[in-house]
Amino acid sequence: MALINGGADLRGPLTADRALASGAQSALIQPSLASGGDYLALLKPRVMSLVIFTALVGMAVAPGHVHPVIGFTAILCIAVGAGAAGALNMWYEADIDAKMIRTMKRPIPSGRVPRDEALAFGLTLAVGSVVTLGLMVNLLSAALLAFTIFFYAVVYTIWLKRFTPQNIVIGGAAGAFPPMIGWAAVTGDLSLEPLILFLIIFFWTPPHFWALALYRADDYARAGVPMLPVVAGEREARRQILLYTLVLVPLGLAPWALGYAGVVYGAVAAITGAAMLLIAWQIYRERSPADAACRKMFAFSILYLFLLFAVLLVERGWGGLLPWAAT
Amino acid sequence: MSAQRDDKDVDKSANERADESADEGIVLTDAQKRARRSRSIALALALAALVVLFYVVTLVKGPAMLVRPL
Repeated sequence: MALINGGADLRGPLTADRALASGAQSALIQPSLASGGDYLALLKPRVMSLVIFTALVGMAVAPGHVHPVIGFTAILCIAVGAGAAGALNMWYEADIDAKMIRTMKRPIPSGRVPRDEALAFGLTLAVGSVVTLGLMVNLLSAALLAFTIFFYAVVYTIWLKRFTPQNIVIGGAAGAFPPMIGWAAVTGDLSLEPLILFLIIFFWTPPHFWALALYRADDYARAGVPMLPVVAGEREARRQILLYTLVLVPLGLAPWALGYAGVVYGAVAAITGAAMLLIAWQIYRERSPADAACRKMFAFSILYLFLLFAVLLVERGWGGLLPWAAT
Repeated sequence: MSAQRDDKDVDKSANERADESADEGIVLTDAQKRARRSRSIALALALAALVVLFYVVTLVKGPAMLVRPL
């Protein structure tokens, strides 16, 4: 693969003249140093783990039964599809990643994986995961996965991220789809319940990422990414975090209020929701630099989402094993 | 005349060097060999996993493999 560079096929007997004429000298001097781990890193494993978890919850709370092998296949396809979207994101954002401390060691900016290979890798996995999900599970879940990959790679990465401070608000939809895909993989249709799970993640995303953007504002400014704290200022970002948290907390309680979840879920959603509101209030009140409260919000918001979905998983998915958790 | 002959000698030796380089091919360093081996193993494992997955799913679904209602 390293011998094919810039459209010039260098297979066959190799001479210095051919190498120089093809302009591929650098490729000849430095064959690829990418390991299997570098390609795994292109899939953004940490993001993928959250996608797997939320999709699993979507499957577990869905009515009906799915064969474990088919369920595993669905989760695998959703995970690979999310990874493909991550690889396409890294392909397009290599220039931004190279400027940001948090991302400069990723495989493409560090020079271990060529951009073209990341593109081919992402496209192959995207098509493969969607086709496999469609063939082995059902077409609705495959269509939702295809739309999710398109939304993340094209709508968010290529269109929104560099052009509007609302990038992560709209783009957050991509991260909110996995529970709906999991639900659709079991039932073959959609209803209000997966929509609520979608909305929880959708409104969770802005406070989570704006908290990160507040204490990484310099990084985003250097990379030219118009995150809200960079464009509208810290004060406005703190106000927006509070407003989105005010919407998020009632949505977190909605599964209990609508009868989809039990009292344990309701209690966890109320307690952790109150903590989210408290931290959002601290961020709003804190004077610049809003560092400590923002770091707290970034970390706690992950725990908040994890707890909500974990309790749902136990109550609805495994509730039969735990009498105290029966709805 | 003498200068032209010298140029030809230089060209000839350059071509000879290129031919020798072609004979040797590209010699990978140990790190590059390790990276290539890592990629090859990852690819082999992924392909083997796909074969097993398709086989097992076909067994599980049976004739319903071709039924995919929306």
